[in-house]
Amino acid sequence: MSDFSDLYQDLILDHQKNPRNFGEMTDANHHADGYNPLCGDKLTLYLKLDDAGTIQDIHFKGSGCAISKASASMMTVALKGKKTAEAEHLFHEFHDMVMGKIEKAPEDLGKLKVFEGVKDYPARVKCASLAWHTMEAALHNEKDVVSTDDGKGMEG
Amino acid sequence: MATAHAESTTQTYDVLKYRKDFPILNQKVHGVPLVYLDNAATTQKPLSVIEAENKYYREYNANIHRGVHLLSQQATKAYEDARVKIQKFINAANSAEIIYTRGTTEGINLVAQTWGRKNVQAGDEILVSAMEHHSNIVPWQMLCEEKGAKLKVIPINDAGELLMDEFKKLVTSKTKLVAVTHVSNALGTINPIADIIQYAHSKGVLVLIDGAQSIPHIKVDVQALDCDFYAFSGHKIYAPTGIGVLYGKYKLLDAMPPYQGGGDMIASVTFEKTTYAKLPNKFEAGTPHIAGVIGLGAALDYVSAIGVDRIAAHEHELLVYGTQALSKIKEIRIIGTAAMKAGVISFTLGEIHPHDIGTILDKQGVAIRAGHHCAQPVMERFDIPATARASFGLYNVKEEIDVLVTAIQKTLEVFA
Repeated sequence: MSDFSDLYQDLILDHQKNPRNFGEMTDANHHADGYNPLCGDKLTLYLKLDDAGTIQDIHFKGSGCAISKASASMMTVALKGKKTAEAEHLFHEFHDMVMGKIEKAPEDLGKLKVFEGVKDYPARVKCASLAWHTMEAALHNEKDVVSTDDGKGMEG
Repeated sequence: MATAHAESTTQTYDVLKYRKDFPILNQKVHGVPLVYLDNAATTQKPLSVIEAENKYYREYNANIHRGVHLLSQQATKAYEDARVKIQKFINAANSAEIIYTRGTTEGINLVAQTWGRKNVQAGDEILVSAMEHHSNIVPWQMLCEEKGAKLKVIPINDAGELLMDEFKKLVTSKTKLVAVTHVSNALGTINPIADIIQYAHSKGVLVLIDGAQSIPHIKVDVQALDCDFYAFSGHKIYAPTGIGVLYGKYKLLDAMPPYQGGGDMIASVTFEKTTYAKLPNKFEAGTPHIAGVIGLGAALDYVSAIGVDRIAAHEHELLVYGTQALSKIKEIRIIGTAAMKAGVISFTLGEIHPHDIGTILDKQGVAIRAGHHCAQPVMERFDIPATARASFGLYNVKEEIDVLVTAIQKTLEVFA
């Protein structure tokens, strides 16, 4: 019988069961909606940025598969208190990791390295990256719903 | 007409023999034997279909209709022989009523863009059902938007059955067409299309049947049904992708304007005036998918040799067995519990997202579909984002359902 622990690691299962920073945020000053038409995953991401560009608070709500939910949850934990430049940097590293563009996951991704196994599941890359694309859109205050199938070549 | 509950003949159904005709089934994925339960998405191809296409390319590949040389004549004969096979398979009155398309989607678009644009006016109504595939919704929406017509929807009950009383109320003097699926891809429901057609005709309304899911499972007789249009895809009935059929009644097709312009669909062309070819060529512009047509002919030969009714009976046994086996898992909710069903079991598993189910089953060799099945209104009706769907073909066996059940139990363990 096959083993699923490369993808469904305990940490991922824990976050999907008990998502952190989950629910609407009333004092957000940035937010964006994300949608993965392939799976039907939907999420809204809320950010509270201060004048210095620090993420003071971050929340998400929505529905989706275990991978998308856990990814969103762990992202919020990782980004709280970070500068927006650091968030962008982590976004690019995370993206490259799940796309299999880099040999070894960068150390500064910390616990997010748990998603490294996603690169072996091409059909699931979009699930892992939806929250990150939505966060990126929220930072830039993009109004359109972020879709993982928007024809802009956003492969993951 | 026959239903999926057709009586088994006394002759045994030698499923293990048929399985050997499908080379793809004899393989391992992720180190375990493949269990292919995604037949509603596409079916696998028997050796005879693969070899028919192969033979065409190896021995008589040529363009049809225009060549005076031997290979072109052979290709043309094979292409037109297949049309007659299809005519007989669905019992059409005339082989000119068989129009080759790329698939069901193109067949429906053809009707919307030709018959629809000519006959549907502002204020008219087109009736679809709440269980349609997007391909039998969007072409009509596009037409309605262009013409200022209205799309109306026949509702379904919690079992996934059409509400026939509501259907009758929705047919009015404004209704121009009823476009409804024979079998729901997401729910498995077999719709009472004979009743629908009879009622619609009594009100002077035409009926288009989406046959994508029914063609491999139910013996279709378009004359007995008296449907006006019937569209289906080859790849759902063990034929190649990229080839399908639109059946239409001769007098309707003949009165319709052409779909695409180009070669093969004309009688004569000058810069001042073009006259169009007769049926079926009028609707077959350009060099068609000749190999696909030949493959489709071979697939219908294959299916006919076994017998659609016997295949239906076998699949019904799998449906009953699978429904019982899955119902024993308490976390399972079967979506689509119509009294009349084809071999499709759509389900949810507790709070586990269907895509997670799909990934974990795949690792255990089980190929199913997870998602909205291009039927988002159905998902909305049942208030779920997606389902996991197992669907059966002529080659599936009960042991594969046992593997599915074990794999689902393993999925529950992962998320326990």
